[in-house]
Amino acid sequence: MNSFTLAVLVRNQFGVLNRVTSMFRRRRFNITSLSVSVTESDVKSRITITADGGGREKDQLIDQLYKLPVVVSIAEIKAEDCVLAELLLLKVQNKPELRSDIHAAAEAFGAKIVDYTRDSVVLQMVGNARNIDAFIEVMQDYTVLEICRTGVISLERGAMTIEKKAEIY
Amino acid sequence: MRLSGADIIVRTIIEQGTKTVFGYPGGQIINVYDSLYKYQDELRHVLCAHEQGAAHAADGYARATGEVGVVIATSGPGATNLVTGIATAYLDSVPLVAITGNVPSYQLGTDSFQEIDITGITLPITKHNYVVGSAEELADTIREAYKLALSDRPGPVLVDVPKDIQIAQCEYEPLSPVCADQKKPAKDVRIEQAAACINLSHMPYVYFGGGLINSDAEEELLDLAEKIDAPIGCSFMGISGVPTDHPRFLGMQGMHGHYASSMAMHQADCIIALGVRFNDRVTGNRERFATRSQIVHIDIDGAELSKNVSPAHALRGDLKLTLQKLLPLLEPKEHPKWQSAIDQLKNDERWSMDRRDGMTPRNVLLALNRYTGGKLPVATDVGQHQMWAAQTCVFSEKRRFISSGGLGTMGFGMGAAMGAQLATGQRTVLVTGDGSFGMCLNELATAVHERIPLVILLLNNGVLGMVRQWQTLFFDKHYSNTVLDRATDFVALSKAFGADGVRVTDLDGLDSALSTAFKSDGPYLIECIIDKDEFVLPMLPPGGSMDDIITKVGG
Repeated sequence: MNSFTLAVLVRNQFGVLNRVTSMFRRRRFNITSLSVSVTESDVKSRITITADGGGREKDQLIDQLYKLPVVVSIAEIKAEDCVLAELLLLKVQNKPELRSDIHAAAEAFGAKIVDYTRDSVVLQMVGNARNIDAFIEVMQDYTVLEICRTGVISLERGAMTIEKKAEIY
Repeated sequence: MRLSGADIIVRTIIEQGTKTVFGYPGGQIINVYDSLYKYQDELRHVLCAHEQGAAHAADGYARATGEVGVVIATSGPGATNLVTGIATAYLDSVPLVAITGNVPSYQLGTDSFQEIDITGITLPITKHNYVVGSAEELADTIREAYKLALSDRPGPVLVDVPKDIQIAQCEYEPLSPVCADQKKPAKDVRIEQAAACINLSHMPYVYFGGGLINSDAEEELLDLAEKIDAPIGCSFMGISGVPTDHPRFLGMQGMHGHYASSMAMHQADCIIALGVRFNDRVTGNRERFATRSQIVHIDIDGAELSKNVSPAHALRGDLKLTLQKLLPLLEPKEHPKWQSAIDQLKNDERWSMDRRDGMTPRNVLLALNRYTGGKLPVATDVGQHQMWAAQTCVFSEKRRFISSGGLGTMGFGMGAAMGAQLATGQRTVLVTGDGSFGMCLNELATAVHERIPLVILLLNNGVLGMVRQWQTLFFDKHYSNTVLDRATDFVALSKAFGADGVRVTDLDGLDSALSTAFKSDGPYLIECIIDKDEFVLPMLPPGGSMDDIITKVGG
C-alpha cells in the first residue's frame, strides 16, 4: 500500500496532540506511525506522521491539518531528501544455547545490547522502518518478550527547514 | 481599568459589537450573570428555557446577520446541553461563540459537582476551543474566538472559563471589534485554467451553496450566469442566496430538489460549483454523479476541494474575489440549444407540479408566501415540512431562510426563529411539524416572555412524516414508531404558555389565521391539519442517481 510521511509543526500547548489525533480519528485517516517531540523552539512541537494512502488522502490530510489553529506548518517528508530514523527496543529471552544466534542477528542489523541478564537481553536498534520490521521478523525465531518502537522521526537534508519551506509554499 | 474576569467577558462581548446574547445561568457562571446584570443597559441577555434552545437562538441570530451569535451556559449539564446546538452550527458553518463556566481551576480533573470536560466533548464540533488559564488571557481569548468564528469558513468556537478566572481581577482596555482574516482570491494560474475550461462549455450550470452567502458574492454569481448564459441552481444551504424569482434560477437541487435544477446539473457539461461541499444528499451515488461534466469547484476551505468529488479545476479562495478575477477572462456566450433544453425541463417540472386543491403542504406554504412577500425570515425544523418549505417558500433577500441543513437537527426551529427575529427586528415565521415542534416547544415560554412576533406554522400530520415516507418506499410500509397518535392539543398548549393559536383545516381558515398571526404582538401558533400520506417529491433515493428519481408515488 502507498504511504506518505508528513512533518507538522504545532503550537506547544496543552492538549495539542489530542486535537490533532481527534481529527485523524474523526476523518478516519489510517495513521501507521506518529511521534511527537520538542523542537528548537519552546513554543512549538514537531509531530511526524506516516499514513496510508495516495495523493488524494495526502492532500486531504494536509488541508484538514491546516484548518486546526494549532498547526503552524506542514512539510512532506520524501525519503530521498530526508534523514529518517526510528528507535526500537526489543526484549528477548536469553538461553545459553541461543546466545550466539541472537548476537549474530543483532550484529547483522546493527542492533546494540543495552541490557543483559541471565534470562533476558534488551536490544536497541536505530534505523528506517523497513529494517526495523525485518529485524523484528528475524527475532521471531526466539522468544520475544516485549517490543517498543518510537515511530518515525525525520529531518530534511541540507539547510532547508520546514518553516522556510512553508514560507515558499 | 481593573475588572473581574466576569466583567471582562461581558465588556469584551459588548466591545465586539454584539447586542443580544442567549443563555441560561448556573452555579459556575453566576459571576458572569452578575456582570450581565450590571451591564444590562448595554447588552441584552435573553433567558431561554433550555441551553439547547439558547444555542439555536444564537445560531439563528448569526445566520440572519452573518455576525457572531453568542450563547452562555454553566458547567456540566449546561455545557452538554449546548452540544447539539454547537454541532448544528458547525455543520452549517455558522459563526457562533459559546461561553461556558467551569469549576475553579484547582478543582478541574477531580470530577467535582457539575464538572465536565466540555472542551474535550466539543473538540470535533468546533473550529477551536479554549480553557482560559488566567484573567489576563480572557479578553484576548474572546477576541480570538470571534475572529476564528468569522474567518475563512465560519464556524463555532467555545471558550470555557473556570470560576476562579471569572473572579480574578486584572486590567482591561477596550479594543475595536476584530475583523475576519483578510480574504484572498484563488491563484491566478488556477483562475486562468478554470476560465479556459468554462469558455469551452456549451452547457454550463452554475451551482452555489452557503459559501456564496457568506462571501456576499451574489452579484458576481448573477454576472457570471449572465455572461456565460447558464442556469443557476443551489444546494439546500444556498436557499435565499439569490431571489427565488430570478429568471435563471431553477431552485434547489439534490435529494428533494427541483426537477429542472437537478436534471440540468445532471446534463451539464460544466458545473461551476461555488461554496458547496457536494454532500451525499446532493450527489446521491457519487460514481454516477454528473458523469458528463467537468467540475470547476471554488471554495474558501481547501479541504472541501478534494473531499467528496474530484473536480477538474479546484480553486481555493474567497468566492467574491475569485469571481471578480474570473469574470473578465470569460467570453460572453449564448447557448440557445442549452436554454431550450432548460425550458423543456422547466415545462416538465411544471407539468408534474402538485395542483391539488385543499390543505396540501404546497397550498399552505403558497398562502404563507403571500404574507412574507419573500422579505421575512422563515425558519424551519427538520423533516418533510422543511423540504416543502425549501421547495415552496420564496425569498427576495438573502439570509432569510434559517434551517439546519448539515446536521438536520429536529428542534432547531423554535430557538433559531427567535434568534433570527431578535437579530432582524422582522416578524419571523417558523414552519415546523408536530414531531420537531415536540422536541423544543419549551422555548414558546421564552418567545411569550420576550414578546417575540413569531408566526408558528405547525404542519400536523400526526406522524414522523419523513421517516414514514422512507418506510413507505423502502420498508414495506412497516410504520415502526412513526405514528405519533398523541393527544396533544397544540392550541391549548400554546395558550398554556401564554401565546395564542388556532387550528385550521381548510385554506379559508388558514388565510384568516395568517392575517391574525401577522398582526399579533407575540408568538401565534397556527396548527394546520394535513394528511399523513403527503410525500416530499421529487425524491432521489439515497445512494441513487438522477436516473432513479421518483416523481410520483402510487396511482
